[in-house]
Amino acid sequence: MKRITGFLIILFSILMLYGISIGEPLKVLKKATTICLDCIGIG
Amino acid sequence: MKRRRRLTQWLSTLLANSYWLFLGNTPIYQGPLKAVCFPGLNCYSCPAAAFACPVGALQNFATTLRMGLPFGHFGAYIIGLLGLTGAFLGRIPCGWLCPFGFLQEWIYRIPTKKLSLPRAMRFGPYVFLIFFVLLLPVLIVDESGYGSLWFCKYICPAGTLEAGLPLMVLAPDLKQMIGALFFNKIILLVIILGLCVFISRFFCRVVCPLGAIYGLFNKTSFIRLEFHERACVNCKTCFKICPTGVSFFNGADSINTHACIRCMKCYSICPSDAVSISVGSMKSKAITSDNISRTNT
Repeated sequence: MKRITGFLIILFSILMLYGISIGEPLKVLKKATTICLDCIGIG
Repeated sequence: MKRRRRLTQWLSTLLANSYWLFLGNTPIYQGPLKAVCFPGLNCYSCPAAAFACPVGALQNFATTLRMGLPFGHFGAYIIGLLGLTGAFLGRIPCGWLCPFGFLQEWIYRIPTKKLSLPRAMRFGPYVFLIFFVLLLPVLIVDESGYGSLWFCKYICPAGTLEAGLPLMVLAPDLKQMIGALFFNKIILLVIILGLCVFISRFFCRVVCPLGAIYGLFNKTSFIRLEFHERACVNCKTCFKICPTGVSFFNGADSINTHACIRCMKCYSICPSDAVSISVGSMKSKAITSDNISRTNT
């Protein structure tokens, strides 16, 4: 395994955990559970 | 390998769109799984979608960046999730999991004259990623400081196909809101799917910002391909079968170029075992010390 692979895995794991700790999944959930008018082309 | 990939693509497409209760219930799924992003391009406004779309979620953070920064919300969760997927798998999700990629493979089966794509167009996905997903949603904001989902709104054919068209049937109230934008997106969808008939994986190769993100990790990902030049017999079978036109047998591309969607067709078909899969420090095939000395990764 390249050294950089390990570094990237650790870096992005930390980023993801930080995002979870500040409640970002709830923000994703809120957006994804309403019909996105932009996505369907009438926003 | 071919059967395994096809089965994985079917299962992945069904899993990403596993909410069939929409037929007698709410138009879209509203449960907790929607907090998790699916690794492929699958619109979260699709009535059957069970997960969130990573490109939509990333843009959503970009649109609220100016408002979100004071609270520390800059999309770390999505960036981390995408980066982690890329660091482990590279573009494997494109070749094995993405429902829209799977659809393009079916469309390309329509028998007609096939065309190749100029190499310069390989950088198209980075243009869409940088401008439509990252810059425009942050830079162009309304008076309250919120941006717009530029890629979803003006480009994404998956949103039009999986959400726009079905919701016109399932949610008649939305029909009254249809305008020029909707028809523009329909035209764009027809053009993109039409080009997919002639050009293999056209959308993945020229437009998809998600593939662009994963492609950044192809060279360093935990699972990689390796090309053993000395074992190669120059039969060009790998180039002929490659859905994204990667040409590593003659050194024009690295086998782990950002354009490779890791479908592993070259690995399966190579008659001389010149392609191997490397998982961490393990290799899929026994490589002799003779050819490993000329390995080109």
